[in-house]
Amino acid sequence: MTKAFHYTGLTLGYLLKTAILIVFVFPFLWMISTSLQTYRETLSYPPTLMPAVPQWINFAQAMSAGPFLTYFKNSAVVTLAIIAIQLLVMIPAAYAFAKYRFPGKNLLFGLVLLAFMIPGQVTFIPVYLMMADWGIAKTLLPQIIPFMSNAFGIFLLRQYFMQIPEEIVEAARLDNAGEFRIMRKIMVPMSMPALATIALFSFVSHWNDYFWPLIMTDAESIRPLTLGIAMLRETEGISNWHIIMAGNVVLVIPILLVYLFCSKQIVKAFVYSGIK
Amino acid sequence: MASIEFVRVSKAFDKQEVIKDLNLTIEDGKFTVLVGPSGCGKTTLLRMIAGLDPQTSGSVLIDGKDVTRIAPGKRGVAMVFQNYAIYPTMSVRENIEFGLVNNKVGKAEREELVESIGKAVGLSDYLDRKPSTLSGGQRQRVALARAMVKKPSVFLMDEPLSNLDAKLRVQMRIELIELHKKLGTTFVYVTHDQVEAMSMADKIVLMNKGVIQQEAPPDTMYRRPSNRFTAQFIGTPPMNIGELGAGGIKYGFRPESAVLSEVQGDEPFSVRGVIATREMLGSETIYQVRSDSGNFMVKRSEDLFAAGQEVFVGVAAEKLHFFGEDERRIEEKQGAYRDYLEALRGRSHG
Repeated sequence: MTKAFHYTGLTLGYLLKTAILIVFVFPFLWMISTSLQTYRETLSYPPTLMPAVPQWINFAQAMSAGPFLTYFKNSAVVTLAIIAIQLLVMIPAAYAFAKYRFPGKNLLFGLVLLAFMIPGQVTFIPVYLMMADWGIAKTLLPQIIPFMSNAFGIFLLRQYFMQIPEEIVEAARLDNAGEFRIMRKIMVPMSMPALATIALFSFVSHWNDYFWPLIMTDAESIRPLTLGIAMLRETEGISNWHIIMAGNVVLVIPILLVYLFCSKQIVKAFVYSGIK
Repeated sequence: MASIEFVRVSKAFDKQEVIKDLNLTIEDGKFTVLVGPSGCGKTTLLRMIAGLDPQTSGSVLIDGKDVTRIAPGKRGVAMVFQNYAIYPTMSVRENIEFGLVNNKVGKAEREELVESIGKAVGLSDYLDRKPSTLSGGQRQRVALARAMVKKPSVFLMDEPLSNLDAKLRVQMRIELIELHKKLGTTFVYVTHDQVEAMSMADKIVLMNKGVIQQEAPPDTMYRRPSNRFTAQFIGTPPMNIGELGAGGIKYGFRPESAVLSEVQGDEPFSVRGVIATREMLGSETIYQVRSDSGNFMVKRSEDLFAAGQEVFVGVAAEKLHFFGEDERRIEEKQGAYRDYLEALRGRSHG
């Protein structure tokens, strides 16, 4: 009786997991499948999952539909610059919030949390106006500057830093290490999992960002990949789903690569293991 | 090598004063142990020397020089922490080397130093391991090596042995004594364990509630405690204390100073009682004797009595201590001492 119950539970568990897996993976499979189909196949009913002959040419077509190398470069520059600047701002900020005592600390940290809670929609227009005023509209800067600090990242990293024993920092001070050296040699290496997680989240959200570049860019030369791919629809007049999906596959590949690179660290972020 | 001096030092945490107007000199090259119950301010003193929590007022002098404005890393002190505070992402070698790199010591010299220190603490085979793969005792050695390699003029240790098991602790105690002998550097060691203090110290500084109770070598501390607190803190079981009667005068004797016998002796202190409990610990036996004058602990190396037995507890005159109303020790040369001794003799009962 209990054995049967056990197996039923196990089976149900697997079924549920499979169901969840399908829900999450299917759109990806659908995207990849569509990217390899002919135009006719994309319209056929019932839909086909496996293309008769994989149409690799779709990728070439998508990439030649616009200055995709420029788009890709723009996306890469913007995203990497954002992450780099965020780390430079975030690490010292989190370190100060976690390991220093100074007047107004709680108030300042409250402001950080407030920044984290304010929805972007509220600030879009003033930021847009500010960027327009500065006369940098024709550069990539308007896509970078508004995201230089990451309130969520500061919050998460501060929590992580707080778990690092005070004595380790004190030992480093007694070892005549300056504060920047302590950050670089002690705090950062000990927080790799948290940093990887924050960097990945940041990467995904800025690599995939569509809305902000859409309102901030008015020239081909500064558009990111997301806009380029969205424009695949318009340039062709009709919806060439196979081409759009090919573009999307290209868009997603870097995210998968970054995830593969970070996944081990990210898992660790949730299983902190210190040294007694 | 350096002496350390506290001059009218006070320390407050969030307006709560834990140390007030404290003066203390720690002698150059000596093994000084700061001991006391938790919260007595001993670690606070240590951290002031290190510069980790500077004093609120007063000054701390290392080798005659006021170090108030000198950063922890530049004071020439090294510290071993209770939880070792080893850098977990660095190898043992990098841990030991970190201070040297920060002090811009050349690579060749660094390597030589790390190798020789590694050998000295028995970590030669582990230099390229990560601390997480080491045992507690080995981590302790890494922490020691890290401190030693900088050749500091002062070694600060904050309960470094409390995370080790009992056996290893005894072994490390001996190693620390030897280390001190070899280096001849000033050691300041904080512990709440009076056995550690007695076994290692050249001089013990006993503290309670931020106030120094007594500074003395271990034997003086044991034989001539300057007040009731010291008397009861040092020694296990603690000293027996009884009321002498009027004037708040108290007498005391150590459990190991008392003799037990079946017939009354002629000691100045002699009371009849019944053995309430008997703890046979192997080399010694601890009796709790219940008498009309109170309960007394008696520690004897021979095991002659059983629980429930009626005995006489006797203490020789030179083993008796008297404490005044202010809890201070009453010295033998003080006039009243003889009177108290007589008063005690008068109270003896058979």
